[in-house]
Amino acid sequence: MNVLRLSLQEIAHRKLSFGLGLLSVMIAVGVLVGAVTMLGGHDLRTEQLVAQKEAETREEMTRMEDDYRRIMKDMGYNVLILHKDQSLEELQRLNYPTHYMPEDWAQQLADQNVETLNHLLPLLQEMVSWPEMKREVLLTGVRGQIPFADSPKNRRPPIMQPVEQGEIKLGADLAQSLDVAEGDTVTMRGRNLLVREVYARRGTQDDLTAWVSLRQAQEWMNRPGQINGILALECLCNVEELGSIEYHVTRILPDAQVYEFSSLIAARGLARQRAAEAHEKAIEQEMYYRASLREERRAFAGILVPVSALGAAAWVMFLMMANVRERRAEIGVLRAIGVSARRVQSAFLLKALLMGVFGGIVGLVVGSVAGAWLSEVPPGSEGFTSLLNARLLVGALVGAPLLAALASWLPARAAARQDPALVLQEE
Amino acid sequence: MVRIAKVSKIYRAGNEQVRALDDVSLEVNAGEFAAVQGPSGCGKTTLLLMAGGLLQPDAGSVEVDGEDIYAMSLERRAQFRARKIGFVFQQFHLIPYLSVRDNVLAPTLALPISGAAERVEELLGRFNLTSRAAHTPGELSTGERQRVALARAMLHEPRMILADEPTGNLDEHNAAIVLGALAGFAEDGGTVLLVTHDRMAAGEAGRLVRLDAGKLADDGGSSHRDQQVAG
Repeated sequence: MNVLRLSLQEIAHRKLSFGLGLLSVMIAVGVLVGAVTMLGGHDLRTEQLVAQKEAETREEMTRMEDDYRRIMKDMGYNVLILHKDQSLEELQRLNYPTHYMPEDWAQQLADQNVETLNHLLPLLQEMVSWPEMKREVLLTGVRGQIPFADSPKNRRPPIMQPVEQGEIKLGADLAQSLDVAEGDTVTMRGRNLLVREVYARRGTQDDLTAWVSLRQAQEWMNRPGQINGILALECLCNVEELGSIEYHVTRILPDAQVYEFSSLIAARGLARQRAAEAHEKAIEQEMYYRASLREERRAFAGILVPVSALGAAAWVMFLMMANVRERRAEIGVLRAIGVSARRVQSAFLLKALLMGVFGGIVGLVVGSVAGAWLSEVPPGSEGFTSLLNARLLVGALVGAPLLAALASWLPARAAARQDPALVLQEE
Repeated sequence: MVRIAKVSKIYRAGNEQVRALDDVSLEVNAGEFAAVQGPSGCGKTTLLLMAGGLLQPDAGSVEVDGEDIYAMSLERRAQFRARKIGFVFQQFHLIPYLSVRDNVLAPTLALPISGAAERVEELLGRFNLTSRAAHTPGELSTGERQRVALARAMLHEPRMILADEPTGNLDEHNAAIVLGALAGFAEDGGTVLLVTHDRMAAGEAGRLVRLDAGKLADDGGSSHRDQQVAG
């Protein structure tokens, strides 16, 4: 016979009393573990929700950017670099620039590899007479796109192929009015030119334009080594940089100005930016809401945990007091036959420890599951295992028996101090 | 042996004082079976508890086996009881949730007893309790319960058994078994101090001591049994 065996048999005999004590410890541990797990789960769920919303935002932004790229690609060039003295009002009126600049400006831009510019195309454009056809035509001389210095941008296919000497390319409406087709030969200013390509209708002034080589145009317009515009494609990969092209270009070409005709893209880019801001705001609001909810839960747990711990301690103390009273005669006879006061006390404390250990284990399991459910991270779901905290496990398994033992200390001491003579005389 | 020398005990309840024992001396030797008789409230149980080291006298001393038990600390006195004294009570005082076997083994809670497992089986057999070994006290008759209490008192082979009205709740048959066991213990060299109202029980003792109002009224007289044996 030893104290453990005595305690276990006594527990088996008074199951209800032990069960009620165990239940109170379980509730106290369950509330503590549940609160910690719930708060941990809340944080985890917040991270998951924010990550999900951020992923949705990224996905939407990516989709919108794809849209812009597609739009830009469909639109072709969206930037025209002009001499700084070029009047935009005159450009609008005449549909071609009237101020000229050196041809090598395009090369300078290419050499500096301006980040936000793709597809540089120098051109010389004027309204010229076409005597053979007895009409005027918007003639554009191009030499093909200027390659950038060591840039992967060169791998992209050019928007416009160069026009070779002795060839001409025509807009759709112009070709139709001249009644010429690809492969025909036309005479312009005394030179026979092969119609290399007739462009599909674009709905712009390009439909009435004729393209020849830059050299040919410079010769006819008597502008050797000169151009009056550089077409480019502005990359709107980063919407925040919209409008910064002017800064980048004039840093390299101080005497240039930039005319953007990408308002649609800009509008859409702005819309995208607004959408991104709205998403960020929504995430901020969600985080604010969840932070408020967390604070409410933390405050509630801050009251509930100590109340349940004190309640459990008081209840265990009451049960142990009742147990001591119930076992008064037993204590008396044990003391009479020589069982020491310390051993009698240890029997009661051992019972309390067992109550604490089993209550702690059950409370740990119940609290973990309940806390996880409350925080919407149910057992088996992603991240649940991360909520199981080793320190909490050890804390519960040490703290619960300690709580029960402390609550039982006075009753156990009272049991040990009982005078066996008094008890036996009363009996 | 137990030597009680000039012990007095006064119980106090508020301003009331009750002199339970007044300058009582008594010596019961090894191998002696002494019965203490007297009217209710004469101090019999007080004397018994005092002899067992459970109740400190206000004056006088108690020696058991040559040791002054009240000169010992509480813990040492408890160990002394566990080694040398066995108790039997009228109300049996068995532990209700332990089996008969575990109740008999209860003294091992105080001190380890070598050969306790064999000894318990021997005692269960001796008191005809083997078939009841796994039962709890609530499943036993009163006679069986007192036999369990007796077995418990004898497990550690004490030098002295103190019995307080052990036959008070028993029929004649069971009372005879208990008294026979106590007499046998004394014959084997143990000391028995029996407190009883029961004339038959007192008659089994080798020596009869009478207490009256806390004083020793008569000591040393042969018991009825001794007179019969002598006659």
